[in-house]
Amino acid sequence: MAKMVPIPSTGLLTERDLGKAPILEATHLGIEFGGLKAVDDFNITVGRTEIAGLIGPNGAGKTTVFNLLTKVYQPTHGTILLDGKDTHGMNAIQVNKAGIARTFQNIRLFNSLTVEENVKLGLHNHTNYSTLEGILRMPKYWQEEKRAHERALELLSIFDMQDLADHKAGSLPYGAQRRLEIVRALATEPKLLLLDEPAAGMNPSETAELMENIRKIRDTFQIAILLIEHDMQLVMNICEGIAVLNYGKIIAKGTPEEIQANPQVIEAYLGKKKED
Amino acid sequence: MNYLKNMNKTTRSNMVTYLMVIVAFVIVQGMIATGSISSSLKGQLVPICAYVVMAISLNLTVGILGELSLGHAGFMSAGAFSGVVAAQCFSQNIDNPVIVLILAMIVGGIVAAIVGVLVGVPVLRLSGDYLAIVTLAFGEIIKGIVMNLYVGLDAAGLHFCMIKNTLEMDGGKMLINGPMGLIGVPRIATFVMGFVLVMVCLFVIFNLVNSKSGRAIMALRDNKIAAQSVGINVTSYKLMAFVISAAMAGMAGVLFATNFSTVVASKFDINTSILVLVFVVLGGLGSMRGSIIAATVLTVLPEMLREFSEYRMLVYAIVLIVMMIATNNATVKNALDGFARKFSFKKKSEKGENANG
Repeated sequence: MAKMVPIPSTGLLTERDLGKAPILEATHLGIEFGGLKAVDDFNITVGRTEIAGLIGPNGAGKTTVFNLLTKVYQPTHGTILLDGKDTHGMNAIQVNKAGIARTFQNIRLFNSLTVEENVKLGLHNHTNYSTLEGILRMPKYWQEEKRAHERALELLSIFDMQDLADHKAGSLPYGAQRRLEIVRALATEPKLLLLDEPAAGMNPSETAELMENIRKIRDTFQIAILLIEHDMQLVMNICEGIAVLNYGKIIAKGTPEEIQANPQVIEAYLGKKKED
Repeated sequence: MNYLKNMNKTTRSNMVTYLMVIVAFVIVQGMIATGSISSSLKGQLVPICAYVVMAISLNLTVGILGELSLGHAGFMSAGAFSGVVAAQCFSQNIDNPVIVLILAMIVGGIVAAIVGVLVGVPVLRLSGDYLAIVTLAFGEIIKGIVMNLYVGLDAAGLHFCMIKNTLEMDGGKMLINGPMGLIGVPRIATFVMGFVLVMVCLFVIFNLVNSKSGRAIMALRDNKIAAQSVGINVTSYKLMAFVISAAMAGMAGVLFATNFSTVVASKFDINTSILVLVFVVLGGLGSMRGSIIAATVLTVLPEMLREFSEYRMLVYAIVLIVMMIATNNATVKNALDGFARKFSFKKKSEKGENANG
């Protein structure tokens, strides 16, 4: 396990990533819906190749944080620096192009399309031919489609899914749908991958395999991964830094060992010990 | 053979559709040559082609993009009226009717596309039922504008005016006479041109759907938020599908209008929009082949039912309901599937693996 080093302003960085600028720096991030502060004064730093975890009880605002980072919601407070660049004023599409890709808690695949087409849609902005070239079937079309096809199969092979390429995405079993979402997100060539409960609905052996694959993805693509997860075994095993969210506020930050020992975290999850 | 084998399922299915249209065309041409075609059917050939193009273009919006549009006849109208005016102008200098028709179709298509952009930009911010209602209204607005339009052509060029005929023309002729619509239309539409238009539109739609833009359009239909999350520009692809669909409807309008000597604007009303939607729904959302078959059968049917005289529309409705039930009935579907499987198995064992259906 990499050693975590505290840095000024927002948090911790792994030793490995210390020399490099962090990929994500969110400061004082917040959003209000009417009077309700769903997320308030949220600060996080994610290193270039870090696997970071975001945990917290149900309704703590974890997915809202993802929606703020990917601009599904525009934050009402704070700044998000992606690779040193302020994403203020960007929309969901521009943020993806700038390098954030995500999966969803409730799976959002293109169900009527095939697995391969789903991945090719992830490659959309890296497939370079115009609509007209596509309609007239110019040489560029064949060339780029061939490249996209090969790349799609290559990406699917991470999860050993290349044989499923011609199946409809909606017909896949639940676990495979979750994996396909990760592949589709990876296809957009992100610098930061956000995984929203990747292990939800998986059995222990599938979860173990997923853990291996998350590490493998980080090592092969050299990207940062920020994940929301309720499976504590997974979180404590693969995350280098963990932030705990409760009622929209960060209550603790640290390494898995620190988090496990933190009384505030235990209280948030299990409630306060009754004084006798 | 090897090429056939390597083709994927979609490409093969598209080839079958092209082949179906070509075979139908050849058969009808043969019937015309031998004179075995009835005169009422012969008069319907061009309208059938126009409705087929309308159906497949609406299928692009409803089936592929997944947005319900109830104003498709509005684009047909915009194309028909602008195309015929263009045809009248071109025919002064060009003698060849085929070239005039092609130029008119291009003009009609472009005008309908422009109207498509004007309608699409505000309307596509909506979705679902709201979008359907607003497109319906826009269809009626287009009809209302065209009904109050007066266009004349004389030596000095084109003259336009709205509401009341205040054109001060020096001789020349009226092209669009307000509520009386298009008058003195050159009847230059032919079945061959209709066939060519159907093939061109099929080519464009199939190639669009199997390209990155088509995938993006279908992705919007399946899940808009996921599409945005992988960097697909929702507005521009929605608009692209809508405008291509409108342009094709405009071309169909030109073909339709140049088959008659007079065309009134009220022909392109909500009833026509719904009729085309019925073709699309009955043929199956997203299925071009289904749209073609449904458009053909349902255009010919009222003529064939003429012998029922006043009960014609009653019988038409019954046939429609029976078709809907039959095509969605599990028993009928299973029977058809079983039949198809038997057939393909036989073929495979006869010709070996290479035939590949």
